This record gives sequence, C-alpha cells and structure tokens, in this order.
Amino acid sequence: MFRRTRKASDFGAEIEAHIALETERLQEQGLSYEDARTEARRRFGNVTRLQERFYESSRWPGWDHFWQDIRYAARMLRKSPGFTTIAVLTIALGIGATTAIFSVVDATLLHPLPYPKPEQLVSVIDDLPGVGAQDVGMSVPEWHDFARSGIFESVSPVGGGDVNVTGSSEPTRILFQTVGPNYFALLDVQPELGRTFDPEDRTPGFTLEVVISNALWKGAFGGDPGILGRDIRLDNDLYRIVGVMPASFRDPGQASAQRSTQLWAAAGFAGPPAPEPLRASHFLAPVIARIKSGLTISEAQSRLDALVASLQKEFPQDYPPQSAWRVRLVPLKQTVVGNVRQSLILLLGAVGLVLLIGCVNVASLLLARASARGREMAVRQALGAERKRLMWQLLTEGLLLSLVGGVVGLVILYCAKGFLLQIVPERLPRLNEVTINWPVLLFALLATLMAGAIFGLAPAWHAARPDLTRMLKQEGRGSSASGEQARTRRALVITEFALSLVLMIAAGLLLRSFGDLLQVRLGYNPQNVMAVRTWLPIPNDPATDIYRTAALQAPFLREVLRRGRTLPGLEEIAVGDLAALPLGHERTDLNPYPLIVEGRETPSSEAPLMDGAIVTPGYFHLLGMTLLRGRLFGESDDESAPPVVVINEALARTYWPNENPVGQRIKLRTAGDRSSLTWNTVVGVIGDARTESLADASAPQMYLSLYQRTAKDWAIFLRGQLDTAAIPVELRQQVQSVNPELPVFGAQTLKDVLSASLAERRFSMEIVGLFALTALLLAGMGIYGVISYIVSERTHEIGIRLALGAQSRGILRMVLRQGLGLAIAGAAVGLVGALIVSHLMAGLLYGVRPTDPLTFAGVALLLVGVALLACYIPARRAIRVDPLVALRYE
Amino acid sequence: MELLQGTLDLLILRTLIYGAQHGQGIARVIQQTSDEELLVEHGALYPALQRLEERRWISAKWGISTNNRKARFYALTAAGRKQLAKETTKWNRLTAAIGRILEAEEG
Repeated sequence: MFRRTRKASDFGAEIEAHIALETERLQEQGLSYEDARTEARRRFGNVTRLQERFYESSRWPGWDHFWQDIRYAARMLRKSPGFTTIAVLTIALGIGATTAIFSVVDATLLHPLPYPKPEQLVSVIDDLPGVGAQDVGMSVPEWHDFARSGIFESVSPVGGGDVNVTGSSEPTRILFQTVGPNYFALLDVQPELGRTFDPEDRTPGFTLEVVISNALWKGAFGGDPGILGRDIRLDNDLYRIVGVMPASFRDPGQASAQRSTQLWAAAGFAGPPAPEPLRASHFLAPVIARIKSGLTISEAQSRLDALVASLQKEFPQDYPPQSAWRVRLVPLKQTVVGNVRQSLILLLGAVGLVLLIGCVNVASLLLARASARGREMAVRQALGAERKRLMWQLLTEGLLLSLVGGVVGLVILYCAKGFLLQIVPERLPRLNEVTINWPVLLFALLATLMAGAIFGLAPAWHAARPDLTRMLKQEGRGSSASGEQARTRRALVITEFALSLVLMIAAGLLLRSFGDLLQVRLGYNPQNVMAVRTWLPIPNDPATDIYRTAALQAPFLREVLRRGRTLPGLEEIAVGDLAALPLGHERTDLNPYPLIVEGRETPSSEAPLMDGAIVTPGYFHLLGMTLLRGRLFGESDDESAPPVVVINEALARTYWPNENPVGQRIKLRTAGDRSSLTWNTVVGVIGDARTESLADASAPQMYLSLYQRTAKDWAIFLRGQLDTAAIPVELRQQVQSVNPELPVFGAQTLKDVLSASLAERRFSMEIVGLFALTALLLAGMGIYGVISYIVSERTHEIGIRLALGAQSRGILRMVLRQGLGLAIAGAAVGLVGALIVSHLMAGLLYGVRPTDPLTFAGVALLLVGVALLACYIPARRAIRVDPLVALRYE
Repeated sequence: MELLQGTLDLLILRTLIYGAQHGQGIARVIQQTSDEELLVEHGALYPALQRLEERRWISAKWGISTNNRKARFYALTAAGRKQLAKETTKWNRLTAAIGRILEAEEG
C-alpha cells in the first residue's frame, strides 16, 4: 500500500489507549499501578516491533526510500553551493540550448504542415527528364485529368506573386496567391470570418472573390468586423472580400515569402489573363494535392504513372517520347522543409554533443566529490547500508541535480525566447510557431533524465564496490580516489576532448566554407548599389493593361530613368525584373524560357528551360559585369529593332562549346503571349556572375532587353553615394509623379541582399561555432580539474622529489606530460568521429573538402594548446610546493 | 493454548457482532468468553484489525470508553457481516471434518 490511510501517530495513540485501559482493568483486580502497567505491557508484547510493522505495511518502501534519498540529496547539494552552482549551470545551459534547438526542429521538421492529415498532402511536379528539365509546370488539361483520376481528393495549382492594392491613400503591394477554388477545402482549413471559395466553382478566370489573411485584416482594415462583402481593388480589378483566415493559418508555400501570403484569389486558370488552356502549355506551378485517404504516396504514384502513360499514348503530339514526360509526387512536408533539414539536424547534433560534454563534466565533478565522500560511503556500508541503496542515493543526487538544471535551463530559455527567434533566419518554415509546447517540454524532461542518469551513474557505479578496509584506513591522509576512480576520470576527460574535437572540426569546416563564400569573385560589384522595387499591375482583361506591350511600356520606362537621374548623389540608374536582382530572388520568382537554338530546332515542349532576366542597357555597366565578346544592349535595341539577347559564359559553353555564340539565333516565346515564338540574336557574351547563388560559380543565364519585352516585377537599380534612408522616398515621388497608382517598396542595398542570402549559413556557422567554443571551455575545465586533482594527490611525492633535488622544470614536464597524454588520446579518438561527421555534413560545405587537413590539424593543435594551458596552472602550483610543508602535510 | 493460524480474524469479527468495541475490549472478550483458554498477545490484535479495516470488513472511529478514556472503536460493516457468516460456515465444516477424522482414529 502506498496510499497511506492512517498516520503512525494515530496508531501509536491507539496502543497507548489499549495499555491504559488494560492497566485500569488490572488495577481493578487489585494490582498496584506499577505492577498493572508492567503486566499490561507484557501482555501487549513488543510495541516497537508492532509500530515498525505498521509503518512498513502502510507504505511502499521504494517510494519511501526515494523521498529519503531526495531529501538527503537536496541537503548534500545545499551543503556545497559552489559545486552545485557550477553543475546546475552546466546542465541548465546544455538542457536550455538542446531544448531551444529541439523546439525549432519540432516546429519545422516534425510539424511543418499545420493542417489535418498532413501525410496526404503532396506536391505534384511535372518533369521532362528527356530534356533535363524539372518542375516545368502543369497544363490546365492535365490538372483536370488528375483531378478526375480518382487518385486525389482534390488538386489545386498555387500561383504566387505581387499585386497592387489601390484605392486607399497610398498604393501598396501585397503578396497574394492565385489558387484553385478547392484550395482551402484541400487543405481542410476553416476561415475565421465569412467563408472560403466554393470548391465547385467553374469560373474559367478569376472568381473575383478573395480571402484575406488575419494580418491584412488587422493591419490594412483595422480589424473591421464589417469587412465581409467589402470591395478591394487589386491591379485595377475589383474583387470582393468573402473571408478572413485565422491568425494561425499559414500558407504551405515553398518560399519563405509565400508563407506570409496576405490574400488568396481563386481562378480556373482557363480564361484571361491566363494563357489559352492548351495541353502543351505548362504553366501551373506549383501544384499541390491531397491524395485519396487509404492510398499511400507510392500507391498514388504508381496509379499516376499509369495515367501519364495512357495520356502520352492519347496525345502523342503534346508528349513526344524524347521529352519523357513524367509526373512526380513529393510529400508536401518535404517541399516545405526544403534544404533546412540538414542544417537543423547538424544543429541538433551539435547541441546534443554540448549537452553530452556538459554531462561528462558534471560526472567528473560528481566523481571527485564521491571520492571525497568515499569514507562516508564506507562508514555507511560498514554500518549495514545496502549497496543498492547507496547506488540509488548517488543516482538520485545526479537526477536531482539534472532536474534542477533542467528547470533553470527552461526558465533561461523562456526568458531568452525572443532573442532566440531574432537570430533564427527567416527562411525557416513555420518560424512563427516555434513555441515551448508539450512535446518540447517532454523532450526537455527526457533529456534531463538522461543527463542525470549519465552523470549519476559514474559515481554510483564506484560506490557499488568500494574497498572498505582501504577507505576506512585512509583517515590520516585525507581522502583519496581509488585507482579505478582516477582511471574513470581520465576516461571522462578523454571523452570530453574527443567530443569537443568533433564539434570544433564541424565548426571549423563551416567557418572555412563561410569564409570561402565571402571571398568568392562575385562577377558583379554590389558596392554603392541599391535596388528599389515596383510592380506594374496585370489587370484581368489584357486590353486594359496600359503597359501590355514593350512599345507601350517604353515611354514610362524612359521617363522613370530620366527622372531617376535627377536624384541627389546618383551616378547610374538601370531597371530590370526581379530575376535580375542578384541573389535577391527565389526560384519561384523566375520565369524560365524553353530555349530553342537555330539549326537544332526542337518543339518547345522538349526544349530545355533557361532562366532569363530582362534588363535595360545600363544594367551591365551599373553592376560592373564584364563583356567578353560582342556588344551589350544599346539604346537603339528598342521595340522596333530586331530582338537581341546577351548570354553569360556558362550558357555559351553549354550550347556553343566550340563556336562563337555571337550572331547565333535562339527562339524564345514573347513575353505577352506564351505560345508565340520569336527569333532573338545573341549579340554579346558576359562573364559569369554569382547572381543565382553564391555557391554556384556558373549558372547559365541570359539577358533580354526591357525595351523589347515587358516585365511586371521591376527592380530599379541605383548606383552612387546615396542616402539610403531618403532615396526610396525620393524615388517613390518620382515614380508616382509618372503613375500615381504604382507602389514603390522593398528598398535594399545589394550588400544587404547578399548578406541576407547567407543568413542560413551564417546562422548554422555561428551556432555551431558557439557550441564548439562552449565545448572547448568545458573540456579545458575538465582537464584542469583532473590535473589539479592529480597534483594535489601527489603533493607529498613532489615535495620529496624537490627535497631530494629534482629540478622544477622536470616536475613541470612531468605534470604537463600527463595532461598532454589525455588531450592527445582524446584528440585521436575525436579525429575518427570528426571524419565521420564531416562526411555526413559534406552537403553544407563550400570550397573545403570534408577532410580538409588544415582544419583538422589546426583544430587538433588548438585543442592540445588549450589542454596545455589548462594543465599549466596546476603544474605551476606543483613546482611551488615547499618541500617542508609537503612533508609535514603527512 | 495458541491460536490457530487465521482464526484471529474470525474471532474479531465474531466479537464485534454484539456492537462496537475497542481493541482492549476485543482482547478481553476473546479471553473471557473462551474461559481464559485462548491466550492472545494483545499486540497481535492490531495488525489484524488494521488488515480487516483495509478490507472494509470493519470500520473504525475514535470514541470514549465506558470508563471515560479515549479509544478507537471498531464496528462490523455489512461486508463484514457477510464475511463472518461465510467464515463461520467454513470453520464449522472444517472442525466437523477434523472431528470426524479424529473420532475415527480413536474408534
């Protein structure tokens, strides 16, 4: 029974009453009080034994012992506040950091999709592996085929972008997504206000109904409860607001920007402004779907493969066998999480190592204390304490320590949460939901218990088999660790060094990758360049688009350039589309073209896709890109001149490896109409620039002239000694004095853009680096502790040596050699681990090989250096030993 | 005469059939009604009382004895009465059976 119903004192009182009653009865029979009381006690039997029996029968002994151990452990910890503080802080940092990283992992990797039955959600991706093209987009007839196939509950395209909200005082730009009418039904989410779209809506173009995000409702509309039914003007078209999503809803977009979508519009993608819904017109991307319940993704995939094969047979014109059209299902979770997975796993691993090192450190401290308490343990055992009880008691002490540390860690984490969210890069999916919830708390508890068990076990293990006689005899010399305990402590230090080395090599490799990335030749010059964005509206009726052709757009463009030149401090100005903003666009911002080379004509459905940027002639000079062959765009390459294209070296190498590309012609679709193709002449080749990714030196790229093509997502580039605060405002005035309906937003220096593109790498590097430094510090402390201990143990011996004439340098060397031995052993073990880890993280590296000898050697040397430093302090104490004192110490 | 194993519970329940009684009273009644034949070490009574109470066959509460002393009084519960009846039948059958065997041997 561990539920006690009765107190022992109550039982005692009952016995008292019994003896009193019996005494009275015996007195009545004529006995004297003393005799009666003695007789009553005799008849009653052994009172103490009875009370013990009651005590034991009424509770669960394990529980009882446990509480006793806890109380004892608490007392021991209170008695040595210095030790307790260090141990608790070590654990608190370890648990706090581990839990922090886990909370991010939990939110991003484990629960990235906050929708019902997320395992059924997939991305549907069209590939043309025959021409090396991936994710080319889906056509409208394919969308309908898939939706009817019985494989999916529903299928919906998601097309994102910018849209201008006009009608209020200041035109603003918001992020919106054009989705199928069944989008919200597919995700299975409900609005907070109003309704979402009718999944059965068959409007070919836009339904003219929109659902807005909670943020837009609270911000632009002040949380107006009468928002439903209100009109909103988007890119000059009127839409009606029918619903507001809850604040917790987040779009499952692939790019970080999409996750903060502010408005959703529904469309059938088969009417204007969408192109004609031809089977070969692949433009729906991305497409998401919910597979029928009961189907696994691989089952759905094999049924989809069969459907694709039959469609290929049915429409051989549209699906030529060379292109090898294929449709791929990828769990939506995977596309949303993307490439942060590896970084996060690395961080979790790194922080786990730090926690482990912390545990080893505390274990080593506990062991030192245990050896100091060796006599206490020996005396208790000699008095009959069970070994099991002693082990449990030491383990309880460890667990109590780790629990206190864990709680402190969580408190620190809770206080530092705001700071933590600040340093985490924005690209992490579901960043806003990183919270300390039950699974995270459970993780923290498990980590804490595990930590406690790890460092509680070491001393418990030794307590289990002490050498009583030796322990008890040691009184005169103070306490001393057994040889075995000393060995365990050495092993702990070696472990610590090995773990630290692994972490430091990981950090070193990341640091070198980052350094290499900063050193790369960009191929363009971001110095003194700012980019400011604007968005030209796309009305649903193309006829009302005042910038629908290059010729109509050109006067506006020239006027913006002319007015821009009047800005103070400005030296150069150019305009491009978002794809022209170096490192400032995501894949979804690109608009790849099928590229058909003259003399090697292929149908456009088989042509490889090529990214292209649309720019004004001044762009190349403004960004300092170098011309290698031919010429750049000139002012004469206007809307009436034959279309021209500038390519980069990588593209030239790909298509004309042994020819002069200048003068060659390529066929590209025109911007307005996706189905009509025109010939463009290559006029120049420029040097490769890292505009797509810092890590990619040569992504094929082509440039088209903004005088000959239209673009909607403009980036206005400005070079000069600019006042970064004033220039966006001044530019806005200039642009809006030409067209007051246009928003001007997103002003950034190119240096900031570059730095933002490195945010994720910088984050992992900084965090792993921080962890590595912590590990180094802990390892240093660990070896310092062990060597100090060895020195204090050998004070007597050193004193004798010195008295007999030993050189202090010799003593110094002797002590240092011991520390060095431990450090080198640890480093050797660690090198093996580091080799494994560095190969696992190869994908995160740039420029350095996973076996980079410089990093390995440098880190190993650094670690040994720290070890020597940590040993030097106790070693100096050793040579200062006064032989007289040391000998008297006996 | 020593008590047979397991008979103490039965005796306690039987004693309480006349009404609530405290531990010392129960000991006295057992001793007296058995004409001082049964020697109960008074202390042994209490673990038994504790056990019976945990099985909810008897209930206990503190009260005042006839000679004005505080004592813990035990009373039979409904379950206790049922148990007593069962135990009594069992006891009677057991003693009858043992008696028959012993008589047969003598005879």
